[in-house]
Amino acid sequence: MATLVGAPATLASAAVSARVASWRRPALRSLSIGLFLLAWHVATWWDLDFYVRFQNIPSPGDVLAEAMELFASPGFYVHILASLERIWLGFAIATVLGVGLGLLIGRFRFAEDTLFPPIELFRPIPAVAWVPISIMLWPTERSSIVFITTLGAFFPIVLNTIHGVEGIDRQLVRAATSLGAGRAAIFREVVLPGALPSIVTGLSVGMGVSWICLISAEMISGQFGVGYFTWVAYGIVKYPQIVVGMLTIGVLGMLSSALIRWVGARCMPWLPRREKAGA
Amino acid sequence: MALNGGPTGRVEITDLGIAFGSADRRVEAIRRFTLMTTPGEFVALLGPSGCGKTTVLNAVAGFVQPTVGRVVVDGEAVTQPGADRGMVFQQHSLFPWKTVLANVEFGLKMRGIGPKERTSQARAYLNLVGLAGFERAYPAELSGGMQQRVGIARVLVNRPCVMLMDEPFGALDAQTRLAMQELLLGVWREVRTTVLFVTHDIDEAIFLADRVAVMTARPGQIRDLMPVKLTRPRPAEVIATPEFMALKARVLAQVREESGRAWIEPRL
Repeated sequence: MATLVGAPATLASAAVSARVASWRRPALRSLSIGLFLLAWHVATWWDLDFYVRFQNIPSPGDVLAEAMELFASPGFYVHILASLERIWLGFAIATVLGVGLGLLIGRFRFAEDTLFPPIELFRPIPAVAWVPISIMLWPTERSSIVFITTLGAFFPIVLNTIHGVEGIDRQLVRAATSLGAGRAAIFREVVLPGALPSIVTGLSVGMGVSWICLISAEMISGQFGVGYFTWVAYGIVKYPQIVVGMLTIGVLGMLSSALIRWVGARCMPWLPRREKAGA
Repeated sequence: MALNGGPTGRVEITDLGIAFGSADRRVEAIRRFTLMTTPGEFVALLGPSGCGKTTVLNAVAGFVQPTVGRVVVDGEAVTQPGADRGMVFQQHSLFPWKTVLANVEFGLKMRGIGPKERTSQARAYLNLVGLAGFERAYPAELSGGMQQRVGIARVLVNRPCVMLMDEPFGALDAQTRLAMQELLLGVWREVRTTVLFVTHDIDEAIFLADRVAVMTARPGQIRDLMPVKLTRPRPAEVIATPEFMALKARVLAQVREESGRAWIEPRL
């Protein structure tokens, strides 16, 4: 009898706890952001000064007001578009070069011996250190910034592509040859799709690095771009604009990484969707 | 559709010797290995681990080149891998990025056969291995036994002279392995191709094969070649018959002796 009465109650409470669980994580996440904003607000409101000084830091309210104003005017979009164009160009060039060279280096020993040493030599140099040389090398400001952006994305892409090609299961290549595949078919049907997950990882990392390089380059040399905008805001004492610039960079970077991941998942339907349970 | 014509696949392995490594660290895997099959015959290669069973298969597949001797299949010397000598590996050899159907179509695509013809042939072979309805699945979505069935269909669709099987059921659990052995015999009755089957499972070798070749410890050569005189079709219960037991005892004694020898370093 007890089980008969108890069973529906258990089911109902299970349903309730499932509903609670589905609400809990988004709620926790929103709360976490809310608490951060509150702390920021309080710190600027009281002009906290405990070695770290908040007197000159704009409050969340100031930033929001500034953002509304900026996004209502066309001027700010010019900076955004300039940055997006440089990212897109630099990233596209880095993708073509990085994937192309990576496939060659991973596949052919001769290519590895001739092409890889300079890559290894230049890789440890941060892209920002290239800025002076870049300004001297390239005729326009735009091309020199695109160069820096390309450089930043290139290394993670080329290294991950090489890694992907070298990690191809030899047994799959053997299987392909024993099914009648020639060299070109092995490259197309086995090497390329086999290296794809690693290539997408490289693109994803490369996208992040190219944003870092873009913003640094824009801050050092530039007349447009979100990085330039943010740096200039400091110079002309428009402090809320600094934070708007920073947040804009953050959101654009996040969206472009999400785009890479989305395209990657589209290209690789065979990979299991990542289970997030408990993660 | 009709799956195959008459049996093909005369494999002639003559005085095969294969050694790996450089001169000072030379490992002799196979020495004076000789084996002839008749077309459509099922031969099991049995031996202690490391005796070079797989090396023999790899030589027939064209993955490794003989140091001495030769491998001839249907009158042609083997110099490189080809679809006439398809290999079923132990596991993880399907293309993970291709669907089941595309995996089976692969060999036909390599031969330049059009998409419609490819699909209909591949479907016929998937039916044969009992995987109709799984065409659009990816390998990772299948169980180990199902993956091996795809592997078999993928080789047979090319109508090879010989199907090479390298411990194809070795990674499966005992229940699945039994089911797969029966399935393989059923398929082989339909598509009569020569089979070279490497295993270290004595029951499996006797249950499946027309002849069982027991190999010596490394460097491997054939120690004994025993015909299996059990009638076909063979029900699973055949392994409990006196004839089966008698042959098994004979094979077991030889394999045990060679396994013991495998632990003793060969005198140089």
